[in-house]
Amino acid sequence: MNGARIGVVTFPGSLDDRDAQRAVRLAGAEPVALWHADEDLRGVDAVVLPGGFSYGDYLRCGAIARFAPVMGEVVAAAETGLPVLGICNGFQILCEAHLLPGALIRNDHQLFVCRDQDLRVTSTSTAWTSDLELGEVITVPLKNGEGGYVADEDTLDRLEGEGRVVFRYEGGNPNGSLRDIAGIANARGNVVGLMPHPEHAVVPGFGPDEPGRPRAGTDGLRLFTSVLGSLVSR
Amino acid sequence: MGRIVVEVMPKPEILDPQGKAVARALPRLGLDHFAGVRQGKRFELSVDGEVTGELLDAARRAAETALSNPVIEDVVGVYEVDEAAR
Repeated sequence: MNGARIGVVTFPGSLDDRDAQRAVRLAGAEPVALWHADEDLRGVDAVVLPGGFSYGDYLRCGAIARFAPVMGEVVAAAETGLPVLGICNGFQILCEAHLLPGALIRNDHQLFVCRDQDLRVTSTSTAWTSDLELGEVITVPLKNGEGGYVADEDTLDRLEGEGRVVFRYEGGNPNGSLRDIAGIANARGNVVGLMPHPEHAVVPGFGPDEPGRPRAGTDGLRLFTSVLGSLVSR
Repeated sequence: MGRIVVEVMPKPEILDPQGKAVARALPRLGLDHFAGVRQGKRFELSVDGEVTGELLDAARRAAETALSNPVIEDVVGVYEVDEAAR
């Protein structure tokens, strides 16, 4: 969608806000910098909560960010259908804010992981995955210490039954996430959270390795182009 | 000044990698008495004046809404600290 404006929220301790803004720009939209203390969303068409360590990740990952002034607006807008993407710390914030079920806990092997990660696309009916192919494997960077997705059995069954598991880890589970879940959506499909980082796989030469093509991967860009299509159809 | 303690523990069924790492370290100190370790959090909330029932209720609300995440944690204690006994 030409002229789409996508907000990227910077919390104290956000790290990947500039990368998310760049991904938005490369996808063809205008990135709008939002600040954690903002009390309005400046009329943006979608919001990205980027990775990092909001408020130092004190208390729990994402727990303090949930109470940031801007999050009151994000929660209210998400409930009326605004597309929201939470990446890594952003995923943790979405869970703490109850926009997505479950929680993220420390990796089962106690180590910080940083690597290129294969993901199986298991839902293309969300605002952020419509430009992906159902069942395809994409590769984007993963970097986290607390990326283990947990929820009770009923919640996991419901997520699977409603087709709300969006990405699953492929070729090994990097953090002990239950049922290899890497990303999920809300019931409406406008809110998506995932631990791996699509915004780091958007520029040839600066993305994950591909066979015979070092750093060539740009699979992540399609999450950001997907939302532009969903804004047209909204 | 009064003080209220809130104790939060990971739910029993939730993996506690921190506790497991600590449990594995203890035998290296010759402390091989313990079958397991779970690591939780202790918060100390201080208030001006005496701890009242109302303040304890507020601390319970803080414990349930912010200091713990009910998906992964249980609030296992909310109580006043006896400063004189410290």
